Amino acid sequence: MTAPNIEDLLRELTPQVLGALVRRHGQFEDCEDAVQEAVLAATVQWPAEGVPNNPRGWLATVASRRLIDRMRSDHARREREAATAMEAPPAEVPDTDDTLVLLFLCCHPKLTAASQTALTLRAVGGLTTAEIAHAFLVPEATMAARISRAKQRIKAAGSTFTLPDGAVLEERLRVVLHVLYLIFNEGYTASSGSHLHRADLAHEAIRLTRTVHAQLPEDSEVTGLLALMLLTHARRKARTTASGDLVPLDEQDRSKWDRALIDEGTELVKASLAGPALGPYQLQAGIAATHADADTAEETNWPQVHALYLILERIAPNPMVTLNRAIALAETEGPQAGLTLLSTLDSDDRMAGHHRLLSVRAHLLEKTGDAAGAYEHYRRAAKSTASLAEQRYLESRASRVTRLAPQALRSIQR
Amino acid sequence: MQFLISLHINPAVLDALTDAEKAAIGEGHGRFIQSLKQSGELITTQALVDPSQAAVVSVRNGQPVVTDGPFLEAKEHLGGFYLVDCEDKDRAIELATQIPDAAIDGLGVEVRQVMFADGHLEA
Repeated sequence: MTAPNIEDLLRELTPQVLGALVRRHGQFEDCEDAVQEAVLAATVQWPAEGVPNNPRGWLATVASRRLIDRMRSDHARREREAATAMEAPPAEVPDTDDTLVLLFLCCHPKLTAASQTALTLRAVGGLTTAEIAHAFLVPEATMAARISRAKQRIKAAGSTFTLPDGAVLEERLRVVLHVLYLIFNEGYTASSGSHLHRADLAHEAIRLTRTVHAQLPEDSEVTGLLALMLLTHARRKARTTASGDLVPLDEQDRSKWDRALIDEGTELVKASLAGPALGPYQLQAGIAATHADADTAEETNWPQVHALYLILERIAPNPMVTLNRAIALAETEGPQAGLTLLSTLDSDDRMAGHHRLLSVRAHLLEKTGDAAGAYEHYRRAAKSTASLAEQRYLESRASRVTRLAPQALRSIQR
Repeated sequence: MQFLISLHINPAVLDALTDAEKAAIGEGHGRFIQSLKQSGELITTQALVDPSQAAVVSVRNGQPVVTDGPFLEAKEHLGGFYLVDCEDKDRAIELATQIPDAAIDGLGVEVRQVMFADGHLEA
């Protein structure tokens, strides 16, 4: 087995082994450390010595031993707990998949989003602290402290290793989906930094969402989120140039879109929209599917995109949704209609001075022929963004306006 | 999100503080660093030598020109910084309020998001 295959296998087995260990011993934080150590041992030994016949049993045994070692070294609890742990080392792990329970634990509402994502990637995703630190561009010690703090918080909250039920399950599942969405977005957009390249996180988010979908196939929002990720991920090769510059949706080379991902995502959207409930992820996936359905930007079914944003705005009001609806509205009723809708966002504190509001306004002003206004807003948007790639894109749009309408801009340039 | 919390110091203001006040600032920074480490938000922090030790470097017609002293002719100078990774700008501002300098007139604490980073973070 090659190293990447071993890595995949380990990521798949990590939550299963951890789940079984926590189920047996409780003490999520100690078990998690023990499993992480077992995974590290496997990373070193398996490529050299070969993958054992029962890799899951191997991991469970090593992790149990590490757990016992930990308990032994803890003098205060030494006698009692070591004895308990010694009773029955799990030679064979029970066959239940506790991945979902673990996810709920890691996405505990008492944790910050940054802690939820970090802990999820480690305990459920099977990534090492170093890998997570690298993905989020922070030192390993910083990430280690964050994970350790997260585990302490979970312990203090007195969480039990069971799946919540009823309304609580519904509420907690929303948190889980949001965390998966954040992990995906971090990989997709990279909120700061010069490169839009952290594809591994997007890949990891899709893998974890697939796991949730496999366990809750009837939940239409889980299906919707998976579809949204697949449809967004399908565009990854078209959304940047070789030099890392951003390419907006309407200028992307659609032949570079991943058809297999689009087909899978579209099927999932259809399935989820046929369900009884309608949620934000389904609607966003529906919008992504509408874009994917058009062979060229001109063929986009904008009335449908606008209608979906309108429903989204009603069930989950958010200025960012209104902003996106303004783009769709401009396509169906003209840029002035879009600008009028945008002006309703000016009084919203969450949006005032936001680079997205500035850049969309710049874009629509450009379409109305107001070169001076477009130039000014592109420049202001460029100053407001924290993404270097986005800044370069916005600066280039500002320059393009200058080239296309030098007359209108003479006053500004002086 | 990463933020640079920069500390703008005024040597005259610092000199005017009593020893007890200076010690309190040192202890305040110590506590702040400790809590940042525990929360997993600290990337790194550094303090700089006195601005009088700075050298300003420029190259004119291919020739380097080096002059002593700080670049800015101001009362305040960059004294050091915290590089943190936290939830959002609100949190970065909340962290900045915990820095002792923020409570002293004439010392400036500024928060700015990081846009580009490269190099070894463990240094």
